[in-house]
Amino acid sequence: MNAMETRTTSAILYLDGVHVSFDGFHAINNLSLTLEPGEMRAIIGPNGAGKTTMMDIITGKTKPDEGVVLFDGTTDLTRLDETRIAELGIGRKFQKPTVFESQTVQDNLLLALNVDHSVRGTLFWRGNKAESERIDKVLETIRLTDARHRLAGSLSHGQKQWLEIGMLLAQDPKVLLVDEPVAGMTDVETHLTAELLKEINRNHTVMVVEHDMTFVRELGVKVTCLHEGTVLAEGTIDQVSSNERVIEVYLGR
Amino acid sequence: MTPHVLTRSLDRSATIFILIVAGLGILIPLSNLLLPAGSMFQVPTYLVALWGKYVCYAILALSIDLIWGYCGILSLGHGAFFALGGYAMGMYLMRQIGSRGVYGNPVLPDFMVFLNWPELPWYWYGFDMFWFAALMVFVVPGLLAFLFGWFAFRSRVTGVYLSIITQAMTYALLLGFFRNDFGFGGNNGLTDFKDILGFNVQAEGTRCALFFLSCAALIGAFLICRAVVSSKLGKVLLAIRDAESRTRFLGYRVESYKLFVFTLSACMAGVAGALYVPQVGIINPSEFSPGNSIEAVIWVAVGGRGTLVGAALGAVVVNYAKTFFTSGPLAPYWLFMLGALFILVTLLLPKGIIGTFNTWWDQRKIELGNGAAASAAREDGAAPKPNPAE
Ligand SMILES: Nc1ncnc2c1ncn2[C@@H]1O[C@H](COP(=O)(O)OP(=O)(O)O)[C@@H](O)[C@H]1O
Ligand SMILES: [Mg+2]
Repeated sequence: MNAMETRTTSAILYLDGVHVSFDGFHAINNLSLTLEPGEMRAIIGPNGAGKTTMMDIITGKTKPDEGVVLFDGTTDLTRLDETRIAELGIGRKFQKPTVFESQTVQDNLLLALNVDHSVRGTLFWRGNKAESERIDKVLETIRLTDARHRLAGSLSHGQKQWLEIGMLLAQDPKVLLVDEPVAGMTDVETHLTAELLKEINRNHTVMVVEHDMTFVRELGVKVTCLHEGTVLAEGTIDQVSSNERVIEVYLGR
Repeated sequence: MTPHVLTRSLDRSATIFILIVAGLGILIPLSNLLLPAGSMFQVPTYLVALWGKYVCYAILALSIDLIWGYCGILSLGHGAFFALGGYAMGMYLMRQIGSRGVYGNPVLPDFMVFLNWPELPWYWYGFDMFWFAALMVFVVPGLLAFLFGWFAFRSRVTGVYLSIITQAMTYALLLGFFRNDFGFGGNNGLTDFKDILGFNVQAEGTRCALFFLSCAALIGAFLICRAVVSSKLGKVLLAIRDAESRTRFLGYRVESYKLFVFTLSACMAGVAGALYVPQVGIINPSEFSPGNSIEAVIWVAVGGRGTLVGAALGAVVVNYAKTFFTSGPLAPYWLFMLGALFILVTLLLPKGIIGTFNTWWDQRKIELGNGAAASAAREDGAAPKPNPAE
């Protein structure tokens, strides 16, 4: 694959012909998808379509059986592990909010900051002003300033979702993969989340998986519909939602 | 529960812990040496040695709590590191016997003469020097832990699988050290020690000094553990314990963290074993038996996992009970009692003694705090303010 040496794509994320099967079950089937730098993309599709698995592949959790996965046109992600991929600048919010429950909100953000992550670095770490200012800023953005000393485990479901987005902000990756961010949120929270993601998209590339069509519509970005591990349709929300096949398998009549 | 209360209460219990250990470390030897034998306040020498043993167990418990309580690594083979440290010290003590052994060989320990070994095996070289033995006390367990961890953590062996292979490790060592041709005295191990740094190991003064040193080592180990868990690295360890894969996605190399803390913990266990051996006067392969390692984990569970102080307390309490019961008519039932204790603690006090106490204390403080705020508000004639998150 000479894509390794010479850049053949301008995409920041490039998936081509990816296959994954779990014990003979084809979760991802010839999946091809590209994400341009600075883009925000919404991914929709029925449960089991392979949306989360796609994120697992990009972040190194699952190794594909076949196919090309490139970051920034040159880096083959299939050869790297989770830590290395995170270091490259791909951050992820999980479908099930995963925060460090026994630690405070503030410490969750501190852990996420993209500073020295070596054993020595953390052992001899001394806080500094720049770091605490960044944490303050993120806390403000995710509206958890008042909860900064609370244990993350005591937050409401929606707040945990936000904390996880905040951790992404602290991590400040080039690409953010956000899996079902508004699940379990109220309408107001959903709206605020859409605003927040749009804000984040100003200087980050974002991929959002979401079922909530109102939310997707509010994002107002290009939409990809996955089905049975492959791309069913791609385009504006109106194009995709009027697509016959999409209506059939996903939206329902 | 606010973290401020939590840290304050932990700091308080840490201070109390250090004061108690330092106090015992000084007062027990003084009472033994200065007061007349038979006086009510004189601690007899055999008790000094017995408590010295408990203190060594407390260091072992701390080392287990560091990895299990804070990083979720349940080692069921930590007794092996303890025993290796013990053997390193035992080898030094054997070499100190010199020609005073039964066979009077100036170099070879008795068991080697008995087995007709012509000369000292190479791995016994250097153990006649205290500094070398003292180094080996943590280098050997540390190296084994590093190699073991290198393979286990990189292959992402976790949870019960890791616990099982740590058991296998200590069991393999048990079988090895049982063999005469291994060169560590086989079944009988190393014993009949005469002196340490020129002092008679049996002498009261030496016992008192060893007890004092054990207490100092316990405080040292405690301070190291505290420093580790209260650093940012400590937060990473908790993150690994609670959500390992999440920690990876943040860009932390989880296996390096585990390797670091596992190796550090093994070194501490080795030091505990080295202090233990001169006080009990023997080290033999039974120290490697898997049951020992499991017992040590029970001490930590009883005292309170993830509290450090609790681990040390658990080691002393359970071993005190063990001494008490195994010297009475209930001796045959000790293992059943230990098992029952473990089950009861798991069911009734899942946070252990100290964990439960801390929760209760914090709760009480918050209630008192609320009460005070409420009464102050009443005096002001204003409505009670909502309690801020702080
Ligand atoms: N580790 C796994 N082992 C076996 N099957 C899996 C695994 N991960 C995902 N799958 C299966 O792959 C399919 C796609 O799952 P997923 O990516 O979670 O779907 P989505 O996120 O689109 O709802 C599902 O049928 C799921 O059961
Ligand atoms: Mg999913």
